Amino acid sequence: MGNDRIIGTAVPRKEGLEKVTGQSQYVDDMVLPNMLHGATVRSQVPRGKIKKITFGPGIAWDEFVIVSAQDIPGANCVALIVDDQPCLAAEFVNHPEEPILLLAHPHRHVLPKAVAAISIEYETLPAIFTMEESERGSQVIWGADNTFKTYLVEKGNVDKVWEQAAFIVEGEYRTGAQEQLYIENNGMIAAFDTTQGITVWGSLQCPYYVHKALMKLCNLPEDKVRVVQMETGGAFGGKEEYPSMIAGHAALLAMKSGKPVKIVYDRMEDMVATTKRHPSRTHHRTALDKDGKILGGEIGFTIDGGAYATLSAVVLSRGTIHAGGPYYWPNVRIRAKAVATNAPPHGAFRGFGAPQSLFAMERHMDRIAQTIGISPLEIRRRNFLKTGQTTTTDQTVQEPIELDKLFDHALELSGYAAKKKRFVAHNEDSAQKKGMGVATFLHGAGFTGSGERYLSSVVAVEGCADGRVRVLVSSTEFGQGTKTVLSQIVAETLGVSYEGVEVAQADTVKVPNSGPTVASRTVMVVGKIVQSAAQGIKQTLLASGMLEASYSPAEFCAACQKYIAIHGQLRSVAHYDPPAGVFWDDEKYRGEAYAAFAWAAYVAEVSVDLTTYSVTVDDFVALQEVGRVLHPILAEGQITGGVAQAIGMTLYEKVVWQNGRMQNGQMTNYIMPTSADLPPIRVFFEELGNVHGAFGAKGIGELPMDGPAPAIVNAIADALGVPLDSIPLLPEDVFEALNANESCPEPQPAGGTR
Amino acid sequence: MSGSHKKENRVKCELTLQVNGESKTVRVYPMERLLDVLRHELQLTGAKEGCGEGECGSCSVLVDGALVNSCLVPVLQVKDAKIITIEGLAARETPCRVQQAFLECGGAQCGICTPGMILAAVHLLDKRKQPTMEEIRERLSGNLCRCTGYMQIFGAVLASARQTAE
Repeated sequence: MGNDRIIGTAVPRKEGLEKVTGQSQYVDDMVLPNMLHGATVRSQVPRGKIKKITFGPGIAWDEFVIVSAQDIPGANCVALIVDDQPCLAAEFVNHPEEPILLLAHPHRHVLPKAVAAISIEYETLPAIFTMEESERGSQVIWGADNTFKTYLVEKGNVDKVWEQAAFIVEGEYRTGAQEQLYIENNGMIAAFDTTQGITVWGSLQCPYYVHKALMKLCNLPEDKVRVVQMETGGAFGGKEEYPSMIAGHAALLAMKSGKPVKIVYDRMEDMVATTKRHPSRTHHRTALDKDGKILGGEIGFTIDGGAYATLSAVVLSRGTIHAGGPYYWPNVRIRAKAVATNAPPHGAFRGFGAPQSLFAMERHMDRIAQTIGISPLEIRRRNFLKTGQTTTTDQTVQEPIELDKLFDHALELSGYAAKKKRFVAHNEDSAQKKGMGVATFLHGAGFTGSGERYLSSVVAVEGCADGRVRVLVSSTEFGQGTKTVLSQIVAETLGVSYEGVEVAQADTVKVPNSGPTVASRTVMVVGKIVQSAAQGIKQTLLASGMLEASYSPAEFCAACQKYIAIHGQLRSVAHYDPPAGVFWDDEKYRGEAYAAFAWAAYVAEVSVDLTTYSVTVDDFVALQEVGRVLHPILAEGQITGGVAQAIGMTLYEKVVWQNGRMQNGQMTNYIMPTSADLPPIRVFFEELGNVHGAFGAKGIGELPMDGPAPAIVNAIADALGVPLDSIPLLPEDVFEALNANESCPEPQPAGGTR
Repeated sequence: MSGSHKKENRVKCELTLQVNGESKTVRVYPMERLLDVLRHELQLTGAKEGCGEGECGSCSVLVDGALVNSCLVPVLQVKDAKIITIEGLAARETPCRVQQAFLECGGAQCGICTPGMILAAVHLLDKRKQPTMEEIRERLSGNLCRCTGYMQIFGAVLASARQTAE
């Protein structure tokens, strides 16, 4: 390839013109003839047996299509990993807002009144709302013991480290639920006819997840289910698994009515009924030698999965593997557990468990530093993983990563040392306290362990009659830049222009299954397969003699046209090719967890106002190593967006729960950062290159979700001199932490040790 | 769509709106939301519903030069007013300079807040040819974006302002 004209440049976003001119078609912009509008009748109680359903007076019920669990042609489940979640509750409900009935009517505005006119009597059952209640097992609401999944990671012998330790430091850390808050609410349109089967168009990340779920729910063969992704207005994981539920609902209404049905949630329904980030609790107990080197430790990581299994096992897995951070643990034992509560199921959200366990790890590093009396910088430097060392799962770090250099660079960019010195003086006589905080971390790209091998993704690249090249993947665009970067990869590989490549709409009758668009895998994993499929096209043209070894873009175009004129089709299909020598043991949770890690060092500067207790982030430096940056603007946009979302998780976004139901399901009372709330987010990349990904790229999308929370909370703790061990931290939480600390002071340096 | 349905105690009326430089007559309920009239009656789907309560700004349009959330405006209120939607900023083939700057600077990711955000930027640049960063932050704060973290949107606004200066 050599010339690299397109990779690494900021070509315009493929679908950008339609977006800036308002022409893009999202699901709610689509109207089909005779289309009905659907609505969902949901449970009002967290747990109970449905006794009686009454259709109240004053509604012309004969104008409505009504669907209950009895109308389901196939299995009543949202097929995913464990098929425990019903598409419509038949007898029992296990969380507030669980779907029970579906209504459809030609006029959208009559639906809320009809939903409100349906009353459901329940025999209520005792419900549980916290991880602790779930673990105690006083009520068993799922399986034998409320446990969705456990993992045990063991390395070395932790039991022997305690007696050698100069210090033992213990801490417990918590993170709350977070709403993805894509600005486009969830939505789906379904149409059914007996010959074609069911077709759905929707806002979604994973067409083939929806495809699989609809086959099972509607009892239809593969070729009678078609899933088409519309332009998708943000997802962040929130449109990974839940679209299968809405697609199922729209499909059931369409099958019963014989008409197309649109279901688009309003904001409140989307916030209270769909998935959120798993709340977590992490317990660390760490043994260190006299110099602050980690000898070993025990980590307990627990997440609240809500009422059904959904993706909790996988979220738990990623959180578990990231729990040790970017540090060398000669001995470690990680016990992880996902438990059931009577809340709507928690689900995929950017970072997928890692932001939770890394928050704990990075807060704990600061606690260790304070306990043994060294700086938060020094404790990290002494424990960074080095090339050739092994992670907690015994994966050898192959990349030539130098974390101490990356860290020093970030500190320098942030002006850490000078600011730190200045703030000591400033804080002495000011009601506004300033602080600096750091976080160093890693994020594994692609599916965990054997995941990519099981997925066995397939992509196709084809030549078009006009000489252009088309990429066929189920990998979706929802803002991250999938279409743009995959086009760059193909253009670069074939030596054609970026404009000469397009990505087909993700439509299951047209595109092969390149796997779900999750886990920061699209560029690194799918991009590599796309590159190989593109090479296939080139080889076919070269072998046909229609293309010379050295060619211009115009010659490629002409050869492509000629080949298609003669042979009718020019198409190359490629499959995932696992890197050689990768070992992963699913039983023992040991081996190469990820094909590559991205590495980062983030630095936050904060002010805390002691009159209002509000926290402002004044400056934020995000430095990362993500392999080759294929598109500088898109890459930077991923980082700034992720940092902003993580600042939200840390300082603004608090889900208020009551009996398993979110009480603040509006944008007026669940607050995400506005343009006036954010610091300058200064983004820097270091490029080491990587053997696995397309053109040396690694995953990038989730990484920026991991570091900001601990960096900011470490900065707040630095400003206030009190420990803060949970997020979100709204002003009232800062106030409480300060008051609590007055009655229970922080252990002094070198205190709290054995 | 809702046109043929009989509704108690409500009567449709004929209203003339000035949308994107054209006069449009619609038969609507006077209290219908401007957003619904734009999307359903005039097929101008660039304005999006994100929250339905004036918080997110993705339904923003310009009414007589003021930036408003069209989800909060009864259509009767904008009778005879001059309304500009994202579709009216430029013809599809030639985006206006603010649209072009959003395209080049990474100001649009998923695109759902983009029409409203661009109108907010146009509104700001109409009032302030060379806005300060503080003014940009403040004046875009009624338009929520979950993808970008706003930095590249600020960059797009600054780039548009620079073009005006040149």
